[in-house]
Amino acid sequence: MKMPGLQYRGVRNIDGPLLFVDGIRNVSFDELVEIRTPSGELRLGQVLDVSSSSAVVQVFGGSDSLSKAETRTRFLGTSMEIPVSKEMLGRVFDGLGRPKDGLPLPLSAERRDVNGSPINPYSREYPRDFIQTGISSIDIMNTLVRGQKLPIFSGNGLPHNRIAAQIARQAKLLNENVEFAIVFAAMGVKYDVARYFIDSFEQSGVLNNVAMFLSLADDPSAERLITPRAALTLAEYLAFEENMHVLVIITDMTNYCESLREIATARGEIPSRKGYPGYLYSDLASLYERAGRLHGGGGSITQMPILTMPSDDISHPVPDLTGYITEGQIVLDREMFQRGIYPPVAGLPSLSRLMKDGIGKGRTRDDHPHLASQLFAAYSKVKDIRSLASVIGEEELSPADKLYIKFGEVFEHNVVSQGEFENRSIEQSLELGWDALRILPRSELLRVSEQELVQHFDKPVAVNSVQEKV
Amino acid sequence: MQESEVIKTGIISRVNGPIIEARQMASAGMLEVVEVGNLRLIGEVIRIRNEIATIQVYENTTGLLPGEPVYCTGRPLSVRLGPGLLGTIYDGIQRPLQQIAARSGAMIRRGEKAEPLDIEKKWHFKPLLEAGAAVEGGSVYGEVQETLSVLHKIMVPPDVKGSLISMLPEGDYSGETEVCKVRLEDGTERALSLFQYWPVRKPRPVRQRLPLTQPLLTGLRVIDTFFPIAKGGAAAIPGGFGTGKTMTQQALAKWAEAQIIIYIGCGERGNEMTEVLREFPELIDPRSGRSLMERTILIANTSNMPVAAREVSIYTGITLAEYFRDMGYAVAVMADSTSRWAEALRELSGRLEEMPADEGFPAYLPARLASFYERSGRVETLAGDEGSVSVIGAVSPPGGDFSEPVTQHTSRFIRCFWALDRDLANARHYPAISWRNSYSEYLPETSNWWKRQDRDWQNHRDFLMDILQEEVNLQRIAKLVGPDALPEQQRLTLMIAEIIKNAFLQQNSFDEIDMYCSPAKQLWMLRLLVAFSRRAQNIIKAGGSLADLREVPALDKLNRMKSEIDNTDSAAMTSLEQMLLRQLDALERKLKS
Repeated sequence: MKMPGLQYRGVRNIDGPLLFVDGIRNVSFDELVEIRTPSGELRLGQVLDVSSSSAVVQVFGGSDSLSKAETRTRFLGTSMEIPVSKEMLGRVFDGLGRPKDGLPLPLSAERRDVNGSPINPYSREYPRDFIQTGISSIDIMNTLVRGQKLPIFSGNGLPHNRIAAQIARQAKLLNENVEFAIVFAAMGVKYDVARYFIDSFEQSGVLNNVAMFLSLADDPSAERLITPRAALTLAEYLAFEENMHVLVIITDMTNYCESLREIATARGEIPSRKGYPGYLYSDLASLYERAGRLHGGGGSITQMPILTMPSDDISHPVPDLTGYITEGQIVLDREMFQRGIYPPVAGLPSLSRLMKDGIGKGRTRDDHPHLASQLFAAYSKVKDIRSLASVIGEEELSPADKLYIKFGEVFEHNVVSQGEFENRSIEQSLELGWDALRILPRSELLRVSEQELVQHFDKPVAVNSVQEKV
Repeated sequence: MQESEVIKTGIISRVNGPIIEARQMASAGMLEVVEVGNLRLIGEVIRIRNEIATIQVYENTTGLLPGEPVYCTGRPLSVRLGPGLLGTIYDGIQRPLQQIAARSGAMIRRGEKAEPLDIEKKWHFKPLLEAGAAVEGGSVYGEVQETLSVLHKIMVPPDVKGSLISMLPEGDYSGETEVCKVRLEDGTERALSLFQYWPVRKPRPVRQRLPLTQPLLTGLRVIDTFFPIAKGGAAAIPGGFGTGKTMTQQALAKWAEAQIIIYIGCGERGNEMTEVLREFPELIDPRSGRSLMERTILIANTSNMPVAAREVSIYTGITLAEYFRDMGYAVAVMADSTSRWAEALRELSGRLEEMPADEGFPAYLPARLASFYERSGRVETLAGDEGSVSVIGAVSPPGGDFSEPVTQHTSRFIRCFWALDRDLANARHYPAISWRNSYSEYLPETSNWWKRQDRDWQNHRDFLMDILQEEVNLQRIAKLVGPDALPEQQRLTLMIAEIIKNAFLQQNSFDEIDMYCSPAKQLWMLRLLVAFSRRAQNIIKAGGSLADLREVPALDKLNRMKSEIDNTDSAAMTSLEQMLLRQLDALERKLKS
């Protein structure tokens, strides 16, 4: 039997956030550890490696002021758990899931392991309910569906927070009037960023529907490894026990990965790319895969992680491995941002993998799949022609190519660009897409069918009548 | 089996993620299966030093305590083979996920055990041999109609040789019923049932390997026509994220002309497996007219499931494939993605503190890849039939950079390389298989089949391929001077290449008609494109202009033929062909006058 009361005094080594404890008995892998500093302060830790007589413990509260002789450790006999309940909405917690708003711990009968358990692929329901974000570049070209994990790949200084807040504000399903509950996890971001989200939720009046887990830039870095797990544990409870639709916003995944690298380095592990541990992929997957829907269940978890690409490099391990796990990515483009386009959603590298089954007949509109494909094809041609124009000059372009240049301008300024508080219906967005295509000759549009051309290209629908339909 | 019930136990001495060490394990064998801890988690012995065994555990080891017991089982990691495999979804160590879900709910609980095959279910068994017949490994002694499209042949296990001394009559039996008895050469008797075991890391024996001669038709034009794979061949699909590896794998799993499909989701997304699971039962196999799920087995070890089981899922899949191959079937294995498998090797190797080679991967990575791909092939089975296993592995190179170790090593062991191209994917040109970087060494072996369908096939294919390659060069110049500065003949090449890309290479897997393209339609499209190109070249030579050509009304139809003309609608094909030629005739006449 376990004896959680047993306290050990003294450690063998202290190395960064890691403690090496000797002479222990009955300590299990992944077990939670309570660490008392010489001055009596309590911190939490977790067992990373255990043998019959010694254990490696990772300290979440930072290892400063711990001493070799006077540090006391108590092994708690359970893995990291947090309480879960509906009452946690509207509250603010720290990175380990402890109240940060001065209120007591939420009353809850249930505590859950923050690591969760993998969802059985057999029990999943394939996500296909279209979420209207009101942002044309997402709705038409990179559609979000309920239960998807769609990250925002951004860079420093780009408006990823504004876009995430806009999506959280405007996201809705076409034929259901269900509010999203929002679980927000912040790892290593500045207080201002957290404040921005709090204000934004407050302004749109949803703050009571938001649970926040904040591990800010000045909190110990090891704590960040728990923050998203705590947030997702609550999200899973809300989605799969309380049948709620949950939108999880996690920022910034790059900071999370850096904490992981820090721990791995302190343990002396063999690094793979750029010093990140070889299991970065599996570790990220253990977070991102906690999204989705269950067969026969009512709720869903839609994940929107935000990550900043170091020096805007999409092949950096963090965005690269993320892109391999998530179901697409919204990539923000610095050049578009500098030209004043909001939201600066890069046309070509952005992708939604689940879009194909969430759009079209009976979901958005019949012509949506082909229209999106046509816009991608045309915009990709614009990029080629622009690079040609930069060599030979725009005047030298053929008449057809000049039309493409014009299409590119209109597409970026009328379709992609929109106001931060502008909420467009999917019909409006699609019509804007057709409007842009009308600049091109009909014979160039091979990805849309003849019937769609007759219906949408030849007979422009007045915007008024569109709005009536909505 | 009775002997190994005498359980030998060791004691856990260290836990480090999925790798544990146990002492008092001197009697354990390498690669022996063990059950770890009070939860009896499944593991496999991977290293023995003195009396300490290192064990990789196929489940999450949270809460495992040094001092807990380790139970030896005395057998290597094996799969259970027999009727009931088809249409099932397994995890990496062949646990049926449907049964697991029924027991532990939507989240997979640890230590859950379930029989891979339903032992209660009765199968209608028809004996094919009688008592007295001599049998050896691979002999087919009976059959079970497992699904309407697949006849499951009941074979003597490879290690058994002797004569039948009894056989139950035709009837309904459960899988573990002893349907026959064999007197082995050493005089002992062995009872056989519909089920048998085979260790996953050991290739199943065959009589001999045969040369590859037939294409594995896939219904994807860019593959069948330009970069074909042979039945029994091995191919790799490398591509950065978002370039359509999984989409291509799924299209292949749907339409490839194989009798059995094994789809291994190795370290990939849960939703992708769900998609296959929900979609395949609804899709109809164009050849058998039956649901695609009836010929499919799924192995799902998603990225968030334990990493050691990911390592073994590839072997589980290929062993099932070999089993069906031994019945004389053409089997295709989709492994998505072999990079995740290689990463599992790297992670485990790191925990074992082995000396790393390239980018942290263990030095034995190439050897493991080689022995995996080498389990593909066309063979004469032990029973004398012909069967094949084709392997198609997706590779996910970090940053889309093909110079990384997994892509590089893989390309040494496969002969067909379908390189996915980021630019094509960005323009939503799918399948994004690049005609510049891909190759197939199976072309000579498979071209005979195509030439039997159409004598001119090779010429046609090479003609279009030349245009595509020439276009690559012309584009380089055009990027500097603009296409309008090129001579008319070269601009025509650009135009034809554009048509080939739109009308032929690009294929819409969501279009009712275009999702599968029959060989006959491919031949026709190829012929039509070649005819158009040759005539167009003549017209330009005779002084015609590109503008004239663009005005040809049938051109629009040519561009849309992939989705507007059904695979079997030969009338529409003929009529389009005639219309196009008529219009080109008219254009030529106009030029002459």
